[in-house]
Amino acid sequence: MFDQVLQFLFSGITVGAIYALVALGFTLIYNSSRIINFAQGEFVMIGGMATVFLLGAGLPMPLAALFAVALCTLVGLALEKLAIEPAGRASVVALIIITIGASIFLRGVAQLVWDKKLHALPPFTGDAPIHVAGATILPQSLWVLIVTVFLVLALRWFFTGTLLGKAMLAAADNRDAAQLVGINVRRVQLLSFALSAALGAAAGILVAPITLTAYDIGTMIGLKGFAAAILGGIGSGPGAIVGGLVLGVVESFGAGYVSSAYKDAIAFVVILLVLFLLPRGLLGGGSAERV
Amino acid sequence: MHRRTLVTAIVVLGAGVAGALLPAAAQQPIKVGAFLSATGPAAFLGDPEQKTLEMYIEELNAKGGVLGRKLQLVSYDDGGDAEKARTFTKRLIEQDNVDIILGGTTTGTTMAVVPLVEQAGIPFISMAGAVVIVEPVKKWVFKTPHTDRMACERIFTDMKARKIAKIGMISGAGGFDKSMRTECLAVAKNFGVSIVADESYGAQDTDMTPQLTKIRNTAGVQAVVNPGFGQGPAIVTKNFRQLGMTMPLYQSHGVASKQFIELAGPAAEGVRLPAAALLVAEILPDSDKQKPVVVGYKKAYEARFKSDVSTFGGHAYDALMIAVDAIKRAGSTDKGKVRDAIEKTKGYIGTGGIVNMSDKDHMGLDVSAFRMLEVKNGSWALAK
Repeated sequence: MFDQVLQFLFSGITVGAIYALVALGFTLIYNSSRIINFAQGEFVMIGGMATVFLLGAGLPMPLAALFAVALCTLVGLALEKLAIEPAGRASVVALIIITIGASIFLRGVAQLVWDKKLHALPPFTGDAPIHVAGATILPQSLWVLIVTVFLVLALRWFFTGTLLGKAMLAAADNRDAAQLVGINVRRVQLLSFALSAALGAAAGILVAPITLTAYDIGTMIGLKGFAAAILGGIGSGPGAIVGGLVLGVVESFGAGYVSSAYKDAIAFVVILLVLFLLPRGLLGGGSAERV
Repeated sequence: MHRRTLVTAIVVLGAGVAGALLPAAAQQPIKVGAFLSATGPAAFLGDPEQKTLEMYIEELNAKGGVLGRKLQLVSYDDGGDAEKARTFTKRLIEQDNVDIILGGTTTGTTMAVVPLVEQAGIPFISMAGAVVIVEPVKKWVFKTPHTDRMACERIFTDMKARKIAKIGMISGAGGFDKSMRTECLAVAKNFGVSIVADESYGAQDTDMTPQLTKIRNTAGVQAVVNPGFGQGPAIVTKNFRQLGMTMPLYQSHGVASKQFIELAGPAAEGVRLPAAALLVAEILPDSDKQKPVVVGYKKAYEARFKSDVSTFGGHAYDALMIAVDAIKRAGSTDKGKVRDAIEKTKGYIGTGGIVNMSDKDHMGLDVSAFRMLEVKNGSWALAK
């Protein structure tokens, strides 16, 4: 009995870590510009697909991963420079719709540049499951968790310990005031997209060995990641992690104990409940106060 | 423009058109319409189908065509979307005026167009799996792949031989998945098998360990069956090994392609599935009647496209050859005559098996056409 609970927990944490990474990407951009970037899922897709094809071209895995992240960062920069910036002081809603359009565009380009098939990446340190008290967890899942924790800590240090990080938070809080004190808000926004893209690409490379990758995985992953970010409190880094893990575990236990057919529905119902009762999410507060 | 020049131009144009039309009337190509899922979630079914149709229509034309007329392929990619399949089929019937339709890579896309072809009265040979396509028999609809019910029967026969009596089932949300699940639930008791766990997953799900954990913990489960195709079975197989489950895992013929082995990786070792003889063409005994056909198709496909053959391409091959044979026997492309000729197909040796159709059986294969295969060393082998 206990090993079943443990197994569900492990499955939930694995899936949850994936959602957490994507949610972090949403949080980053939201923190610096109040935009919800619906192309975040596509960053995840680009990371995975680019690595697959670079590997296929003969590059060793670490190099392929590095180049894929670099490529995705460039895509993020291009997105901000070519799609968001020209929109100027448009309303946030308009900017969000622009990102939706960008995600559709990126998906289309991915089909042409790569292909429409499913692809697998080799796991980093093999796929022999690790047995713990009657349940199993994949080494790759541990990688996802470790890297996620590392990235969260790195981001926290960045936002609270460096001038640039604080400038980003300031620009999101009050654009005009930030400009008045000499912060280059355009550059800050550009940087947030670049960081978010790199984060998304890293997530894509980490999870592709577990979930397989294709040109269209961005949609569902983006949606679940966004839901996780909202659940944890949009704008909160730890909130993104907590939201992701909670969403993953709820999904897993829902599939295990209620009904596997309604797994997605259960997860989204829980999110709705949390939002009704705690509108700012589990860890949400004023996002200016938190990292 | 100068008026004289304009008049001359019109006259020349008119003469040209008349000149082009006259011989064309005598040599109208036979239009073979097709709608396939060459891209999308069913791509590894639809892509080999597309390639096979193109290759063999080229070959037939090089040999002089059919009834002295060239074959012309008009094909569309529905991306696995039933709505698009409907739209394209409408176009094939109403605008392209095709003589026969081959296609419907998936059960979903096939069933979506059945009302259209029945109403238009045009023969349609489907390449999809579910038994519902030909049961109840519809006048204009035929199919080449084995049905999901046969897959269940073949799997259960194998289970009975291995003394497996209690099993778990995990299936996806697609039309084929659901259909095969229903069939398995219906015929299991005929083989002394009872299904004690029944789980499902969504089309885009990337982790089935909770469902498999539930199955594993159900008392008495000796084996697992996974109806489905595409991403789902590959992930189920990986999760299976990830959880350290060692009991037998059976897949359906929906994954009868090398791509499944590539996606599932080493986890696919030991997985069994019912499939057409095509996948093990070279190791068939020489006395096997299907051997020449499957070896021939396999060699030609692999030489041309440099990728492994799959049973889905084989279904397209059978569909085309049955269609061409029927047109020859009917002596024309009259839709009613061709339909009757298809229904009378007897003793046709294809990649799927030996086809004997009748007015009650629009598929023509029996369970013996299915071989039980096992994945060994990353490749297909006949299961002992």
